[in-house]
Amino acid sequence: MATLDSYVLMALVVIPFVGGLALAFFPGESRRAIRGFSALVGLVVFALTIYVFLRYDSDLGGYQFIREYGWLDSLGVAFSLGVDGISVPMVLLTGIVLFTGVLISWNIQVRTKDFFVLYLLLVAGVFGVFVSLDLFFFFFFYELAVLPMYILIGVWGSSTDFGTFNRPKEYGAMKLMLFLTAGSVLVWVAILAVYVESGLGTFSLLALEDVTFSDGFQRVFFPLFMVGFGVLAGLWPFHTWSPDGHVAAPTAVSMVHAGVLMKLGAYGIIRVGLDLLPGGAQDWMPLLLGMATVNVVYGAISAMGQTDLKYMIGYSSVSHMGYVLMGFATLNSVGMGGAVLQMFSHGIMTALMFAAVGALYDRAHVRDIGVLEGLTKRMPVVAIFFVLAGLTSIGLPGLSGFVAEVMVFLGVFQDYPVVGILAVVGAGITAVYILRMLAKVFFGTITPRWEHLTDATRVEGFAMGVLLLFLLVVGLYPRPWMDLINSGVAPLLERVVGL
Amino acid sequence: MNYLLFLPELALAALAFGVLVIDLFLPRERKGYLPWVSLVGLAGVLALSLRYLWGKDTNLYGGLFLVDSFSLFFKAFFLVMGGLVVLSSMEYVKRHLSHPGEYYGILLLSILAMMLMTSSGELLTAYISLELLSFSLYVLVSFARGDPKSNEAGLKYILLGAFASALLLYGISHVYGMLGTTGFTEISAALLLEETPLNPAVLLGLALIVAGLGFKMAAAPFHMWAPDVYEGAPTPVTAYLAVGVKAAVFALVLRLFSQAFMPAIEEWQVILAILAALTMTVGNLVAIAQSNIKRMLAYSSIGQVGYLLMGVAALSPMASDGVMLHLLGYGISNLAAFLGVILYYNVTGKENIADYAGLADRSPFLAMAMSVALFSLAGLPFFAGFTTKFYLFTAAAEGGFLWLVGLAITNSLISLYYYLIVIKQMYMVPASDKSALKVSLIGGGVLGVLVLGIFLVGVYPAPLVDAIQGATGAILP
Repeated sequence: MATLDSYVLMALVVIPFVGGLALAFFPGESRRAIRGFSALVGLVVFALTIYVFLRYDSDLGGYQFIREYGWLDSLGVAFSLGVDGISVPMVLLTGIVLFTGVLISWNIQVRTKDFFVLYLLLVAGVFGVFVSLDLFFFFFFYELAVLPMYILIGVWGSSTDFGTFNRPKEYGAMKLMLFLTAGSVLVWVAILAVYVESGLGTFSLLALEDVTFSDGFQRVFFPLFMVGFGVLAGLWPFHTWSPDGHVAAPTAVSMVHAGVLMKLGAYGIIRVGLDLLPGGAQDWMPLLLGMATVNVVYGAISAMGQTDLKYMIGYSSVSHMGYVLMGFATLNSVGMGGAVLQMFSHGIMTALMFAAVGALYDRAHVRDIGVLEGLTKRMPVVAIFFVLAGLTSIGLPGLSGFVAEVMVFLGVFQDYPVVGILAVVGAGITAVYILRMLAKVFFGTITPRWEHLTDATRVEGFAMGVLLLFLLVVGLYPRPWMDLINSGVAPLLERVVGL
Repeated sequence: MNYLLFLPELALAALAFGVLVIDLFLPRERKGYLPWVSLVGLAGVLALSLRYLWGKDTNLYGGLFLVDSFSLFFKAFFLVMGGLVVLSSMEYVKRHLSHPGEYYGILLLSILAMMLMTSSGELLTAYISLELLSFSLYVLVSFARGDPKSNEAGLKYILLGAFASALLLYGISHVYGMLGTTGFTEISAALLLEETPLNPAVLLGLALIVAGLGFKMAAAPFHMWAPDVYEGAPTPVTAYLAVGVKAAVFALVLRLFSQAFMPAIEEWQVILAILAALTMTVGNLVAIAQSNIKRMLAYSSIGQVGYLLMGVAALSPMASDGVMLHLLGYGISNLAAFLGVILYYNVTGKENIADYAGLADRSPFLAMAMSVALFSLAGLPFFAGFTTKFYLFTAAAEGGFLWLVGLAITNSLISLYYYLIVIKQMYMVPASDKSALKVSLIGGGVLGVLVLGIFLVGVYPAPLVDAIQGATGAILP
């Protein structure tokens, strides 16, 4: 297995990328072959991510599976790869969502080939970010993960008609693209500043980690990372692209986007921001905590006011990402560990929710909560998954959301009891809107309009089952996950505490 | 004296006149041979350049004409780019222009001018080659004789171009008057002896030279001519202006500022930085409002000049590498974008952005290639634009211009917006005419090669950077 160990991270980036390119040469009309091939790529990559997860040694900790390939010496750029206890769960999350996303997109009819090509390229970019240990490539893949979104949303997405006004999908696509690139403007400037200030002439994260930047420098440039990556993480007040983008996107893209892409932003804040500028992080974390609290409460209140199912989930993502950022801001091991677990848990949960909504919307062609009623009769499978995803989101014990959120709460209460209360209030509001929506849409008497609806197909059911499996596994036996995550969080905190 | 070092220029001059003469004897239906003659000739000149100039570092005529790896790099660049422009022109010239002999002959002459420019080691030689280039371009811009827009463009270009040349010449006279020489290395030596702050007359000369060259490269506030000229000129000529001529002017600027004016860097650095800031902002902001794709690309290329100028302001070996690398990355991307415009115009005769609606359905290849080119111009990864911009911006940040780099990155974001508008038309707006578009074989092939080049530079730039570092070594040891 030694050879597999040295190439597995490379393979995670290369296989979806090459798979996507190879797919471009398939004849456009053979849809079965196209989706079969995509599912195969998804399955192989999924298997590899499970391998990385099982093979990573939490007792040893640190970066593992390290490889380095020279790329551009004169600029100090090397393609260096490695994962630690924080990135391994993210890699697994990406594998799960990639595979289930392909299955959920089984019935894409329009330009099937182009869809899967772009989808695989998108996922290659996401893997690239999670495994890169070089700032150039980190940023390279970070941008790459945003690039296909525009076309994916614009071509395969759906517009929302609110009666009085219309939100065309092109609007959602453009807004998302501009917000995210605006965030990366800040990130890019900060990366170059770090490069110049270090005087090392290298973009290697491992080398830059050893540099202690001056207090003034850290204080000026940490906010650039915080806000720049924060845009993608849905940080209030830069979150407005996220509901619009998620709603306009086709199901699988919403899954990847809310499930994985938003985690890229959160991941960037700690992997680059906190890791390189721990002093700056310490100075600015109270502000981040404040913004994240607004995320939690305001996101939940906004979700409560939505009439469109997807918008509700979109705002609920904003609210849940608030817990992640809040956990980071505590700068203690319980809170941060909970935050990383929340990234994983929320990724799976929101993917499951979007998958269920997608299955529903494909059949009903409506997402208006006011109109949908009593669907359990006709769609029992979709209903079960939706209800379980909803319960995870509320934080029902036995499901992964509970563990993650409780840890974040504990972490926050240690230093900021007031914020802790607000965080719990946010969870309460979440329970209100989720339960109210579930009751309205799935229970009660069915209206004749929905009598013709059919349930999820076997493929869709399988995909949602895979997602649910992970929610249960983490919820029932979180210990190995926490060991893994803590092995990644501990060295980061040492850097902060060591100041 | 070793005349072999001058052979490529002589051969190219012979080729240019050869094409003009052959044209006289070709019957009308055989005029199609001319571009092929030019292509074979260009390939021959490239072979001669590589054969006789490789690894040489010397000069002719007492320092008037320099032979070094810097000039060889740009000569190869111009020859290859010239070949691509000839290939892109073939169908366009056949369909829309008369007198192909003059078209290709003058095009070759202008390439000769660019080659002389990169080799010139003193101000007057540079000036004369720049004039040869400009005069060739005046003719090429107004080549569509029946088209009033082309005529207007030619007139504007010649009037403003002459003005710019006058400024440049006046600046040269000041520098000569104060320092007593026009040779680059002699100027540098003289500047070292000058006490600081510099004599205002020398400064005035410098400013005038910057203004004159600023006109030629279309830097704000000297860019007013560019959009009209770009829109009016036959599209292959526009592509040539946007890629070739800019590269030639920057080659001259790089050599001039590093070999001649380097001792006074404190004096001109700020001027160039301000010009760069202005140029990138004006170019990108005004590009948003354009409805004609050629005009949009014109403003976008003004924006790109801003990035390149930023690299010159932060002049260092690394910055010079960055400028050359980005010239190349921007060059192939822009050439691909213009070739897409040419191919679309050849079939449909339209060049407004709205006319591109539904192109993804009508010709998936053309839409894909243009998207790649535009994404690359916007600086998105996997494409040349990202890598070359990243290099250039890093170099500028190293040179102490982090604020300017921040502005440049913000401008990249603005540029993404107007490129996305074109992509939205191609992929999301349905076409009114749904018939499939047939792209010509040669045009499509060249476009495919350019797209591959965009990927290659984006993903594996190391060999190119090595070559560029060798070239920079000749001007900035």
